[in-house]
Amino acid sequence: MHSGFLAYLRRDLLLAYRRRGEASSPLVFFIMVSTLIPLGITPESARLAEIAPGIIWVMALLATLLSTDGLFASDYQDGSLEQLLISPQLLAMPVLGKITAHWMVTGLPLTLASPVLGIMLSLPSEGYVPMLASLGLGTACLSLIGAVGAALTVSLRRGGLLLSLLVMPLYMPVIIFGSATVQSAIDGFAWYGPLAILGAMLAAAVALCPLASAGALRLTSIN
Amino acid sequence: MNWLTNWSPSWQWFHRLGSPRWFYQTTDRWLPWLSLMSLALLSTGLVWGLGFAPQDAKQGNSFRIIYLHVPVSFLALAGYYIMAIAGAIGLIWKMKLSYMLMKSAAPVGAALTFLALFTGAIWGKPTWGTYWVWDARVTSMLILLFLYLGVLALQYAFHSNEAGNKASAILALVGTANIPIIYKSVDWWYTLHQPATIKLTSAPSMHPDMFAPLLVMILGFYCFYTVTLFLFTRAEILRRERKSSWVKELALGGSAV
Repeated sequence: MHSGFLAYLRRDLLLAYRRRGEASSPLVFFIMVSTLIPLGITPESARLAEIAPGIIWVMALLATLLSTDGLFASDYQDGSLEQLLISPQLLAMPVLGKITAHWMVTGLPLTLASPVLGIMLSLPSEGYVPMLASLGLGTACLSLIGAVGAALTVSLRRGGLLLSLLVMPLYMPVIIFGSATVQSAIDGFAWYGPLAILGAMLAAAVALCPLASAGALRLTSIN
Repeated sequence: MNWLTNWSPSWQWFHRLGSPRWFYQTTDRWLPWLSLMSLALLSTGLVWGLGFAPQDAKQGNSFRIIYLHVPVSFLALAGYYIMAIAGAIGLIWKMKLSYMLMKSAAPVGAALTFLALFTGAIWGKPTWGTYWVWDARVTSMLILLFLYLGVLALQYAFHSNEAGNKASAILALVGTANIPIIYKSVDWWYTLHQPATIKLTSAPSMHPDMFAPLLVMILGFYCFYTVTLFLFTRAEILRRERKSSWVKELALGGSAV
């Protein structure tokens, strides 16, 4: 843990705390867009309940995607990313610290706020615990996978749109199992299976994504 | 990696493979034969499959699109692995040529994936009654198309070729690690959300009279893919090496060999 993980975790959390407005915008986006659904589709609670698990998951995915762009961008602009790259320690650990901070600032608040949306979209009561569990694991996966895309596009001037293009196909397994967890709980089936697969994905992503993003940062940001 | 490059003469063949000039000259000799072979195989397979293979008991003549659909889908998938392996070789051994191969494999693969989806949609209308079904294999093909498009977009987003090559090689590799996961999860998703209406009705195994022309078409499409990949790569070589003396000589009408 002396390899820069904690240092970068603390630094990024502090930065997020100082820019609270910016850090909270994914959460506001998540809540705002979800209120568009009843307006656009139907306010009828029976039909809303049917689509609620999917809607909440899609919105959480989009909110995470929006914030992933900034994961390395400000460090790249002010030159501290270059300092990190020339430092002697293993690059993957500080990167993992940054990703963890990103999840704590975006994924965790989304997860904690999701019951409110569940009530607004009249999610059946069996769905709440699985939704919290699957969003907690799933948004961490999304942050990790998104970091690879953010590292690849960090040196591009308009990387944001490209980033979502690159990362979206890689997100699909996460959303499949995430919404399957909630849906099978609502339908009265065992929901530990899809949740366990989400956990397995998270384990694989924790092991591989920091390495891939570190490699991408090294290869593409120094030309 | 220094020990690898200074190691021993037995690695010479490997490094020759990395020379764009060597590739250009070798494919110069191979291309006529490969083109001839793919032309012969494709025309034989098409005439045999479309004209002489027996009709399907349930689908009638509409099943004959299989002779395009299956080879194209095969190569769409194989093409992704070819692209990713070429990218990995480029990242590990820093070979210019394999980056050029990777870059050329992306548009070819994307076109093949699109064709696979398109022929599938045409086939779907008479058999399933609709052009599009959220079937597991259709969906994973669509995701494959997105992966190809991502690699293509990333390649052209960078101003320097070098950075674009490395970035898209990494993305291709990340995609390769994800393809089995995507396929498995889409499969699982499909069994969860099984649509009640339609399913492919054809018999599970094919009659040998139907299968033989399909085999010819698959072989023909592999040759055709190789020809296309070589042509794209050769164009890329000429573009990147335009300042070297052998390309200038070639442009002035001399022979490359």
